[in-house]
Amino acid sequence: MAIYLFADTQVLVQGITGNQGSFHTRQMVSYGTRIVAGVSPGKGGQNLDDIPVYHTVAAAVADHRVDASILFIPAPFAKDAAFEAIDAGIKILVLLPEHIPLHDTMAIMAFAQCRGTTVVGPNTFGVVSSGKCKIGIMPNRFFLPGNIGVVSRSGTLCYEIVANLTACGYGTSTVVGLGGDRVVGLNFIDVLQEFEKDQQTEAIVLVGEIGGSSEEEAAEFIKSNVTKPVIVYLAGKSAPPGKRMGHAGAIIERGKGTFEGKVQAFEAAGVPVAQLPFQVPGILDKALKK
Amino acid sequence: MKLYEYMGKELLAEYGIPIPEGGVAATAEEAAELAGKIGSVVLKAQILSGKRGKAGGICFTDNYVEASRVAADLLGSQLNGYQVEAVLVEKKLQIDREFYLAISVDSAARKPIILASAKGGIDIEDVPEEDLVKMNLDVTVGMQPFVTREITRRLGVTDVVAKQIAEILGKLYRLFVEMDAELVEINPLVISGETVIAADAKITIDDDALFRQSSLPTVQERTAAEKQAHELGLSYVELDGEIAVMANGAGITMATLDLIQFYGGTAANFLDAGGGAGIEQTAKALELLLAKKPKVILINIFGGITRCDDVAKAFAYVKQNGGIPVPVVFRLVGTNEERGREILLAEGINAYKLMHEAAQKAVEIVKGN
Repeated sequence: MAIYLFADTQVLVQGITGNQGSFHTRQMVSYGTRIVAGVSPGKGGQNLDDIPVYHTVAAAVADHRVDASILFIPAPFAKDAAFEAIDAGIKILVLLPEHIPLHDTMAIMAFAQCRGTTVVGPNTFGVVSSGKCKIGIMPNRFFLPGNIGVVSRSGTLCYEIVANLTACGYGTSTVVGLGGDRVVGLNFIDVLQEFEKDQQTEAIVLVGEIGGSSEEEAAEFIKSNVTKPVIVYLAGKSAPPGKRMGHAGAIIERGKGTFEGKVQAFEAAGVPVAQLPFQVPGILDKALKK
Repeated sequence: MKLYEYMGKELLAEYGIPIPEGGVAATAEEAAELAGKIGSVVLKAQILSGKRGKAGGICFTDNYVEASRVAADLLGSQLNGYQVEAVLVEKKLQIDREFYLAISVDSAARKPIILASAKGGIDIEDVPEEDLVKMNLDVTVGMQPFVTREITRRLGVTDVVAKQIAEILGKLYRLFVEMDAELVEINPLVISGETVIAADAKITIDDDALFRQSSLPTVQERTAAEKQAHELGLSYVELDGEIAVMANGAGITMATLDLIQFYGGTAANFLDAGGGAGIEQTAKALELLLAKKPKVILINIFGGITRCDDVAKAFAYVKQNGGIPVPVVFRLVGTNEERGREILLAEGINAYKLMHEAAQKAVEIVKGN
């Protein structure tokens, strides 16, 4: 069944006529995603291939059933575009942009919560239910259907892990990029909960990194709520304390969010932690007793 | 972007939060002049680090000659790894109690959080959980009177003090929102008699919002190379090892560093070229790595939106134009991989497919030297 996105999910692209927007729209279409409309203020009435472009989200949803929207909008304007999608009643919003101001993100989260919209990101590569629907920028060829659910904070590292799985014959049910920012919508616990309920998903791979406390919270949740096997890979073992390593979250502060602390939390929950990315499939073999 | 204490206090004052009388001095003469005017003073070294008191960066005196001498000692000195370029000279407060007050961002709740304690001061990090008041704020309603009533109730203060703290909280939240702060922290918030005064200010502004905060001064915390990388749109951190690293994506760059460590090597830097880096950006990133004269360069590319042929072209360009005098180990997979491999082969480089093999090779080269 997969989670969040399905074969019949209808998708809107905000910022469809831009460089990134048009390129990735075509990539998503070639993956099989049902893109029903795009929005670019000032460009209503145009088309991208055979996808109609609208001036506003309200105009797009008047003509089409839209289940999810993805933003290819420069960070300074992302708040307005996100509000527009939420206000139009769209239930899944993928916030792709990096560098959205933190206060804008908090405002988006508050409005989304009030309207019941699920937000993915910001600073995410998106979500893909393999073989069914991809909303994001991940390279198509690594995301083949299967029974492993993957949830990750970082993008390229997640592709790396998924490519390792694919090479060993493991396809994926759904792959969710939470995003690298300090405040993001979906978190590990939300996604673990969905994977636990999903019949297609047999095992879960969680890709975390140093900084913040979301891995520790996930470990605590797994202990009493997840019966399926979970395998973890954590990046940042070698990172020196106090240095910011790119992601806003990847900073070790006040003794919290350390690599060792996270490993201990998972081990206490009975969850194996891979030392290196390429070890994940082997640990999965053991967990699934292949 | 972290602000110096004196900049933070200027902001507090702008928003009407009481701060001690004083001013900032860049020379011993300026410090003496301020001390002569104020009388009994405290001199505080302006660095972007806490624990200044324990490092000797905070001194008290009621004599302007001594103030001049202390300022002369502090200015230009190294404190906690930072060079002192300014000293804040302020009226010494009569301190009856020290509180802690901060507004920050709670990642788990996705909301702002107020942190307060009646046990503020130097050891705030060791204050037990039960002495810390924490309250999330809903951004749609903001700092309402019911919030400040609850916080001052839990702090257990007199009505006179509660009224002042409530006012400070309102102003502090307005500053937090309007200035796009990630953190506004007052530690200690001093109770002097019946007056509440902010004796320190630690403010961090969200880097991603600096484009709309043009009134703020620029505070540079990066090294020269880190600054250059930032201007190129690269995420770069200097480390002190031997293998220069470039990868695309923060997570995979960290994983690359972990692999180097696993095989017994050390990384010279963290360089995340980001997703979708083009030819020019990649070439500049390579030049940045070369400038640090590493023993070997390890490039780990998993092309999603980044195109392998672009990275290979950038490498060929730098090699043909400036030359690359150190061994380079490449790992290249993903979008346009075949084309990228061909370009590298023409430059005499056989790229690896697996990142751990590439990392292992880079470490072997260093050890072989």
